[in-house]
Amino acid sequence: MRRRQLDLTSNHKWPYCLRRCSYCNFNKYISRENNDVMMTECLRRETDALLQLSQVSCVTSVFFGGGTPSLAHPLTIAAVLETVAGRVSLSDEAEVTLEVNPTPEGKSRLEEFCVAGVNRFSIGVQSLQDEDLKILGRDHSSHQALQTIEEARRLRPGRVSVDVMFGRPEQSVESWESELSELLKVCDDHVSLYQLTLERGTQLFRRVQGGEASVPAEDVTAEMYQRARTTLHQHGFLQYEVSNFARHNAVSHHNMSYWRGRQYIGVGPGAHGRFVPLGEGGVDREARTQTLEPDVWIREVQQRGHGTRRRIRLGHLELLEEVLVMGMRMTEGINHKHWQMFSPQLGLREVFGTSAEVREFLQSGRLVLDDRGLRCSWDGLAVLDSMLPALLVELERETSRKLQSDEQRERSDPR
Amino acid sequence: MSTHTDKESIDLSKFPADRIRNFCIIAHIDHGKSTLADRLLEMTGAIAKTEKNKQVLDKLQVERERGITVKAQTASLFYSHEGEQYLLNLIDTPGHVDFSYEVSRSISACQGVLLIVDANQGVQAQTVANFYLAFEAQLAIIPVINKIDLKNADPERVESQIEKVFDIPREECIRISAKLGTNVEKVLQAVVDRIPAPAASIDDPFKALVFDSNFDHYRGVVANIALFGGQVRKGDRIVSAHLGKTYEVNELGLLRPDEHPTQKLFAGQVGYIIAGMKDVKEAQIGDTLYLQEQPVESLPGFKPAKAMVFAGMYPMDQSEYPGLRSAIERLTLNDSSVTVQRDSSLALGAGWRLGFLGLLHMEVFNQRLEQEYNASVIVTAPTVPYKAILSSTRLIKNRRAIQKNMVYIDDQRVMMKYLFPLNEIVVDFYDLLKSMSSGYASFDYENAGYQAADLIKMDILLNGRPVEELTTIVHRDRAYSSGKAMCERLKDSIPRQMFEIAVQAAIGSKVIARETIKAYRKNVLAKCYGGDITRKMKLLKKQVEGKKKMRLIGNVQVPKDAFIDVLKRKD
Repeated sequence: MRRRQLDLTSNHKWPYCLRRCSYCNFNKYISRENNDVMMTECLRRETDALLQLSQVSCVTSVFFGGGTPSLAHPLTIAAVLETVAGRVSLSDEAEVTLEVNPTPEGKSRLEEFCVAGVNRFSIGVQSLQDEDLKILGRDHSSHQALQTIEEARRLRPGRVSVDVMFGRPEQSVESWESELSELLKVCDDHVSLYQLTLERGTQLFRRVQGGEASVPAEDVTAEMYQRARTTLHQHGFLQYEVSNFARHNAVSHHNMSYWRGRQYIGVGPGAHGRFVPLGEGGVDREARTQTLEPDVWIREVQQRGHGTRRRIRLGHLELLEEVLVMGMRMTEGINHKHWQMFSPQLGLREVFGTSAEVREFLQSGRLVLDDRGLRCSWDGLAVLDSMLPALLVELERETSRKLQSDEQRERSDPR
Repeated sequence: MSTHTDKESIDLSKFPADRIRNFCIIAHIDHGKSTLADRLLEMTGAIAKTEKNKQVLDKLQVERERGITVKAQTASLFYSHEGEQYLLNLIDTPGHVDFSYEVSRSISACQGVLLIVDANQGVQAQTVANFYLAFEAQLAIIPVINKIDLKNADPERVESQIEKVFDIPREECIRISAKLGTNVEKVLQAVVDRIPAPAASIDDPFKALVFDSNFDHYRGVVANIALFGGQVRKGDRIVSAHLGKTYEVNELGLLRPDEHPTQKLFAGQVGYIIAGMKDVKEAQIGDTLYLQEQPVESLPGFKPAKAMVFAGMYPMDQSEYPGLRSAIERLTLNDSSVTVQRDSSLALGAGWRLGFLGLLHMEVFNQRLEQEYNASVIVTAPTVPYKAILSSTRLIKNRRAIQKNMVYIDDQRVMMKYLFPLNEIVVDFYDLLKSMSSGYASFDYENAGYQAADLIKMDILLNGRPVEELTTIVHRDRAYSSGKAMCERLKDSIPRQMFEIAVQAAIGSKVIARETIKAYRKNVLAKCYGGDITRKMKLLKKQVEGKKKMRLIGNVQVPKDAFIDVLKRKD
């Protein structure tokens, strides 16, 4: 009998923001009235309900995102953590991350958040150029961001992450490089690099369409990415995922869980989860999404304990596909043992060893398939999305072939 | 003038051969033959006189839209002249140079023609071509000068032209305005007076020529026939000489121009017959029909039309192949001047190579495919039939065309004959000529047989690997421009990949054109997920589906659309 996975990570969404950044298309709302108390209560309730449903015995990490979770009252954080600890085992060492918007207000609360149980901060710096912060619609200055970083480092040294964005309007490779140098002087041991993507419906998208703003060309952003990778490497950071870099092993355990295909519950409006609802007698992992609008979500949680809007069962192939796509984003890739947990009958070599195209990736040095497992090389990681379709085609082909031959064998020898 | 309404039944036995006239109207394009046909139909009561009778005989949607006649249609008219009732059978013919085959078919069923010439434009290329067809068939020719109502009409000049070019006395010309009806009565009289009756006797055994056919979904093949002897009635058992098959006559009658069933058809008459033929091939144009008990000698058949322009036609997707095949079959049944050959392309799958009489013919065909049969087709660039010669023979010439002769028609016009390589003409020559000469120049061609020419094979390479499906044969002078165009189109349709892609056009080992598709330096999403990977998975799955439809040429992924974009006709 396969060992059940008895732990998961949990992520909670505080959906409110004071304003919407010009590039953002996340599920977030400007709260008009103060219903923090109700929101808190519902977060507790849903956390409890979903943990029960998953029947896990242990939560390994907790993540507060959103919205702007640093707008929530530290008591809200404490309450949710209390609920988790009440239902499952939550180790003292468990990573508890809070996303922080580096305004003075946010900074002033950091200490209270620590008291509430937060032991890691992820600060949305995005840019150190004040002009750019305006274009991005941020409500803080770079100075304030630097101060927030400082405070966070004081409270939780070695456990502070900084988010920065490249591919911003008017950005050049040179300005990016100097910005990075500035950042590297003051940041802690974890950096997340995100590329600005223009999403339909955002203000920035409209402005670019209208010709009022422009983003750098593809080749320029490619260069920015490569330079950043190199620079961070030179400063002792290990790139462990497409966008994530850590020194002194300060990786984000929460995010690692995603990429390693672990189960997770998503709590709060618009949150996403992936777990097996053993509590209902479920057998397959499900992809779940909670109701998006806070008011509606609140009502649903009040009525039936949780506000799950969508549940989709993930079949064997679909689960494997997610494991593949997420796993390949890590520089360590997917090791054989890990793959075996999800695909006990078909190993990595069996799936990918025969394809001519994959062989070409291997030969050109973009992909590595060896005793450890399957992963991208330094060069390969930058073009991962060009290789994934081929890998997915192979995965589909081999799993269905295996399925057919199993069925045939059963038919000819049903024992 | 007599009228016969649709509802009266007609006793065809009252029309012995000597009171029948079979004629067609031939003319250069737009000189007014369809209008004249309208007028004749009105005047003889076949159709009611209304404004809407513009070009009644142009039945096809595409004909109406383009204002041209594609398919020859037939109408029987009743006309009283000097106390006698006559049966006049009119066959309308297309005017475009592409459709002279239709003209020659119609002519074979007639004993005379009305040769229409525009009073302003005068004798044009088609006038001449059609004249020769009628002349060679020894038909009576009645010259009609039309559009005398227009301001620039100069009938006298045109009469001189006619005299000079055709050697027909100017007194024989009838000046009319088909639009206004002026003198059209005289035309009818001339038909009776000058066109001989068909030499066909009722006492002879039944013998008919199939000069056209139509395929009707419900009733099968409807054949247009001209009786050269005897009579035929419903229930008779007839034989088609070509296949030797026997049929029973289900229905027959006149065309007025709509079908008018009758009990019998008699020698000298023209009409339609439905005899249980279900297959395309059973209604052979040029075939002879006779009674089972009375076999006869076959009538001289037709020369098959020579296709001049070829195009490849392929279904959008191979799953649509059967549908397209049946559409092409049905359409070619009604247009036997299209040659059909099965063909296959490495890129596009199974399809056909169709031969047309000209570009217009092909365009009309396509339009009909889409309108009447709802077929969506990929049309690949037309080619002309080349005979490949293994050695590299060359014609060293400065000019591509050789002048053959020159004749002065009158003090304003000269007729020049050139020998052109067909390739030069096929694509847009007609249109170009018209526009360059402001419409005055007119043009007709004959296939002068194959000649050695400076043709070469051009390859398309992707990162050094030739793409077989895109190999073409071009004239040396065109190689650079078409190679460059193909490379550019490919550059736009092949997505970027992890390495640079060199798109080249080459002749032998020599590269004559090149485009480069840059490599991706970064293609991975550096984005904050927030736990939601569904969207990413969806996007990837879409790419996977797209990838399954791609072909791998070496290590370059090429979508199917890329082949289509490069091969299809540029409009």
